[in-house]
Amino acid sequence: MTSPGAAFAGKAAIVGIGATELSRAAGRSELRLACESITAALADAGLGPSDVDGLVSYTIDPVSETELVRSVGFAEIAFSSRVPYGGGGSMGVLLHAAAAVASGAADVVVAYRAIKARSGPVRFGAAQIRTGQNDVHSGTTSSQWCTPFGVLTPASWMGLNGTRYMHTYGVTSEDFGRAAVQLRDYASTNPAAWGFGRPITLADHQASRWIVEPCIRLLDCCQQTDGSVALVITGTDRARDLPRRPAVIAAAAGAGLFEQEIATDFYRPDLAVMDGSVALAAQLFDRFGIRREDIDAAMIYDAFTPVFMMQIEGLGFCGPGEAKDFVAEGNLALNGQLPCNTNGGLIGEGYIHGLNLAVEATRQIRGTAVNQVERPEAVLVTSSRTGAVLTAG
Amino acid sequence: MADDVVSRPDPTITEDNEFFWEAATGHRLVAQRCSDCGVVRHPPRPMCPHCGSLATEVTELSGRGSVYSYALLHHPQNPAFEYPVRAALVDLEEGIRMVTNLVGMETAEIEIGMMVTVTFVPTAGGNAVPVFEAAPR
Repeated sequence: MTSPGAAFAGKAAIVGIGATELSRAAGRSELRLACESITAALADAGLGPSDVDGLVSYTIDPVSETELVRSVGFAEIAFSSRVPYGGGGSMGVLLHAAAAVASGAADVVVAYRAIKARSGPVRFGAAQIRTGQNDVHSGTTSSQWCTPFGVLTPASWMGLNGTRYMHTYGVTSEDFGRAAVQLRDYASTNPAAWGFGRPITLADHQASRWIVEPCIRLLDCCQQTDGSVALVITGTDRARDLPRRPAVIAAAAGAGLFEQEIATDFYRPDLAVMDGSVALAAQLFDRFGIRREDIDAAMIYDAFTPVFMMQIEGLGFCGPGEAKDFVAEGNLALNGQLPCNTNGGLIGEGYIHGLNLAVEATRQIRGTAVNQVERPEAVLVTSSRTGAVLTAG
Repeated sequence: MADDVVSRPDPTITEDNEFFWEAATGHRLVAQRCSDCGVVRHPPRPMCPHCGSLATEVTELSGRGSVYSYALLHHPQNPAFEYPVRAALVDLEEGIRMVTNLVGMETAEIEIGMMVTVTFVPTAGGNAVPVFEAAPR
């Protein structure tokens, strides 16, 4: 895994992680949540606010850089950027941070996301009438073509793809349920998780109500969570002098394709295939010279189980239509071929819009995860169109 | 809600899509066609992504197509709609796809591949939008 791929490959590492509690009612502002997670991440890294000169997030985040600077007390920010969109862009913060550090644009970059998906003014999955052109979820959705037809929620957007996927490959709701059971199994042992101590059975899944028939039941859905997570990224040279084992950003990429509209990706020819994941995998694996069999664990954006399973296929861990068998054979478990979302994922742990998966990937590299894979050397983190591979360096 | 109250939200009219919604309000289904390379496209765009042309014309569509995918939306709900919302992607004969609703059929009748034809339903502000019903056998 030494092929350069891009000039930043292997030049930056995650050296600090921080998180608030994950809840359904944080009782404080997103700005404060971000301050708390960033402060925790810097302490974890053995650094302070004055060390930070870069900030990255994604465009949907409500916490502005200027407010953060004046709250956390960063002395001088040299570089800041935002990856477009919501969760689909989440892992792009690792690409931006690694590129900034490797190029010298910044020395220490903080990546953050703060969200009140449950107690905020609008619940994240709510059915709202929006009158803008593309104003839903920071441009992930071409709302002008969906709103007059009542297609108003993330589940409704992704459900249209999900039904086609089921039709094409003979996938059933029970097949999705097995993935949900696995994720909730991981969450049940994670004290930070919404699903801590509450595993589910396939019967529980099948008894849960329809959100979008025939593909998304309540227990196929990620949580609506309040909280914040942050990561600190710096150069691998400096990382060696810091207290934590660095999680090296060996590869990072984004893939946005012709006719993609992110959440309302309706105009690609074959909606049973997650084209964005196929393209992302070509970037991450082929370009960077990383083999799929080198990946010891994966954190894959599980907004809903259908898109989770479609990404497993798109990334090439099994063939088209084979995720149902891959999951049923237990391959997502710790002793399987691809331990996946070992924190419980967005479905079981909580939904900090994907970025908590990057925090879990870092824990796996460090060896500090609750559900720890034995000495992983490479961990994949992806959210459909953005992703990275972290290595033990 | 009462049957005589139209609560479906109006389309968002922009400079790029105005022709489409104006036609729909007149119960005509149209699409944009590149005046240079002839490719029919939807949703409308100011520039042809295939040849770069800014010249466009409006073409009448047959209104016939097939259900590419569907979703029965149960929850969360908005009072403007009756649930479950029968959302669908319809592939039209002219080679374009639309987000729409299926009407005039039982939910159990809905299946991928079924042939459908366009009809129009009113919106709260006096516009109309294209939806699809089962094609005559």
